[in-house]
Amino acid sequence: MRDPVTAATAPHFRIEVRTRLSTAAAVAGLCVVAALVALPWYAPRTALKDMFFVLTLIGLAQCWNLLAGYAGILSIGQQAYVGAGAYVLFALSIFLDLDPLLSIPLAGALAALLAIPTAKIIFRLNGAYLAVGTWVVAEVFRLVCAQIKSLGGGTGTSLPTDVTSGAASVRFLAETMGVRAPVARDILAYWLALTFAVGIVAACYVVLRSRQGLALAAIRDNEAASESIGIDRARTKFWVYCLASLGAGLIGALVFFQTARISPAAAYSVTDFTAYVLFVVVIGGVGTIEGPIVGALVLYLLRDQLASLGAWYLMLLGLLAVAAMLFFPRGLWGSLAERFDIHLFSTRRRLVMPRAEPSEDLQPLPHMIQEEH
Amino acid sequence: MALLETRDLSAFYGDFQALFGISMAFEAGDTVAVIGANGAGKSTLLKAICGLVGARPDAVVFDGRPIGGLRASEIMQLGIAMTPEGRKLFPSLTVEENLLIGADHRKGSGYWRLETVYELFPGLEARRTAAATALSGGQQQMVAIGRALMSNPRLLLCDEISLGLAPVVIRDIYAAMPAIRAQGTTVVIVEQDIVQALAVANKVYCLQEGRVTLSGAPAELSREAIHEAYFGH
Amino acid sequence: MVSGIDIVLQGVLLGGLYGLFAAGLSLIFGVMRLVNLAHGDLIVLAAFVILALVNGLGLPLPLAVVVAAVAMFVVGYVLQYVVLNRTLGRDILPPLLLTFGLSIFIQNGLLEAFTADSRRLSAGDLETASIALGGGLAVGVVPLMTFATAVAVIVALNQVFYRTAMGRAFRAVSDDPVTAQLMGIDNRRLFALAMGIAMVVATIAALFLGVRANFDPSIGPARLIFAFEAVIIGGLGSLWGTLAGGIVLGVAQTVGASISPEWQLLAGHLAFLAVLLVRPRGFFPRAID
Repeated sequence: MRDPVTAATAPHFRIEVRTRLSTAAAVAGLCVVAALVALPWYAPRTALKDMFFVLTLIGLAQCWNLLAGYAGILSIGQQAYVGAGAYVLFALSIFLDLDPLLSIPLAGALAALLAIPTAKIIFRLNGAYLAVGTWVVAEVFRLVCAQIKSLGGGTGTSLPTDVTSGAASVRFLAETMGVRAPVARDILAYWLALTFAVGIVAACYVVLRSRQGLALAAIRDNEAASESIGIDRARTKFWVYCLASLGAGLIGALVFFQTARISPAAAYSVTDFTAYVLFVVVIGGVGTIEGPIVGALVLYLLRDQLASLGAWYLMLLGLLAVAAMLFFPRGLWGSLAERFDIHLFSTRRRLVMPRAEPSEDLQPLPHMIQEEH
Repeated sequence: MALLETRDLSAFYGDFQALFGISMAFEAGDTVAVIGANGAGKSTLLKAICGLVGARPDAVVFDGRPIGGLRASEIMQLGIAMTPEGRKLFPSLTVEENLLIGADHRKGSGYWRLETVYELFPGLEARRTAAATALSGGQQQMVAIGRALMSNPRLLLCDEISLGLAPVVIRDIYAAMPAIRAQGTTVVIVEQDIVQALAVANKVYCLQEGRVTLSGAPAELSREAIHEAYFGH
Repeated sequence: MVSGIDIVLQGVLLGGLYGLFAAGLSLIFGVMRLVNLAHGDLIVLAAFVILALVNGLGLPLPLAVVVAAVAMFVVGYVLQYVVLNRTLGRDILPPLLLTFGLSIFIQNGLLEAFTADSRRLSAGDLETASIALGGGLAVGVVPLMTFATAVAVIVALNQVFYRTAMGRAFRAVSDDPVTAQLMGIDNRRLFALAMGIAMVVATIAALFLGVRANFDPSIGPARLIFAFEAVIIGGLGSLWGTLAGGIVLGVAQTVGASISPEWQLLAGHLAFLAVLLVRPRGFFPRAID
């Protein structure tokens, strides 16, 4: 056996989380957020709608990234909570006449409550089968919503104008800003989207820098080993799943408050709330906070330029995702960050110490297996 | 010309270097023992020869042909069979299927086939339809050796075939060596258990921390020299 | 009473179709632990290939199926060899995302090539033929053929798996891909072969999909869900279990549909979730793994 490293030769190492770059990025990030808050005063309404799309996408992608990139939960059924949030919002608005400022957060919370029993069932599955289980759950939610005749059944329904443009919060906004009610509604939706997106990014950042974040990284890297060092894997995964579902529910409620029209097909759309989200995370880079932001901007540009191509546009997205998985599995941001060692949201603890020598017993990677670095 | 030569062979796991410029030559008909402590690089050496660990093309030369870095399946088809450490039988296959699969992609022309393997290891035939993992450790090791023989290899690599077995079982397994050598097969035995290996080998290499520290014929090497080469200072 | 038996009987026969959808999926999962999210779309692609051969080249249906099966074998082989092999490994995220992208690509490619119209494969008089079982019960010839084919396909796949050198290699690679290479097995080729075979099964499934009901480019994902549910209900790694899973799903759907047409899909999904609650590893899980 090799000698253990003796005290005399023990390396001096230090742990860093913050880097000079990440501090600069935080300042720049605050400036960007401030500019975005002020957007309604200097940008046209279409820009608000475009940014609404980008921000909701960032929120959803960030949640999915937290699930897959950090907790190793592969879900292709987060549209379940988008749709559930949307339907709860419609129910609260139509039946209880609640103001959107109240009903949107409430809808998100109720959607997240649904994640509790759901998790109990689908977490009996592993890996890719868990992914399919989440999809089945989304289908069940969709089919159940299609049965609710008072919310339009299979064809869907619209929000009455007295809860959209006529809501107290929208009217207040219209009066103070001196705009028409529909514009005020867009502004309110936009600000909420900005709040949610920033909130979700911040929440992910806080989670990943916390002890739970370390636990997540450990689970992602090696489930069995993380268990042996005392991490309650099931519990951590459960909480992450509920948190990500809360995010999806909030954004679902918000998106359908903005469109004011709902149907089971639209609220539980695999394309809008899973395909796009997966594309954003894959293109941007799995397992980074910056990746989904970059990916959402890329998707926005592609959609802006190419959406008129219809099926060709979606084919291109599919092909780009395939190509990214093959040639840039870490995505645009992941590849750049690796190449130039940039970490704007520095979540990783960096350890500076001499190289450790693994033992010879390390299994070599067979040809079929690629390194996961 | 040697049947297999390693020329300045180095091997890596990621950034970690496990072998440092190993040069060896195995002649046809040799039985070679490679000994060394845990972590000395013995297993890595075998893996580099059989293609599970990458190597420079001309760092491994088999029958005059550079084979370093070829795929393991290609190397096997050239006539190098491996009995991996831990036996690695296929649990979904029966004993007989485990033997047959050894010959599915290279039959070779030679003595070894199902009947002759059963002759070499009596006792396996009675268990031929059993799941391979239902056998005792010693019998599993016999299946693993038989599986490698089924392809009638020119070079047989045996990684720690006595690991975890009782001395009496180890003796049974080593009793098969003369019959294997009688077919002209070159055998490389990697062992931590020096006694068995040296008893059957006509050539020995000792590895320490990825380097050859001693080589020669077992009879010519003193106990002290081996001890020093094995454990270092 | 008679109608109750009839519902179950129709459900069992429907289960044959789901068993066919699932057999290919089960095969490739068993051999290489690959979960192919594009499987449903590949079945639909095969149905459109058959349709194009019949309508475009005027081939008779049986010949068109054979040609399509060969073409799909090549598609599967190349897809696996060139693309999917590169993503296999310990991390299941890359193959999952890649096949999801592929699914979107195939769906929209079909939409562009064949429009969103519903299509059907014509099997002539067979489509409406049925066999009376007495007591007011009757089974359609096509559903019966579907079920018989599902059984035949599973028997054939089991023969390949347990009686041939190729099947031996499939099982060995499934157990231990590294040691399999020491047996001279080229994993890349073997995986490609498995995908090719899965695509032949998918083509057979596509035939019955197209003869029994309408299809259009968007229905792949729903078929994929049925296939997955059948595989999980049956237990991973067992082809007969997969057929049993298909039958459970089929019966649940026909029972649901007998209550209300809207309940057909919901009942199937709920049955799946119920099985998960009671037997998370399915009815016939393989001992190992």
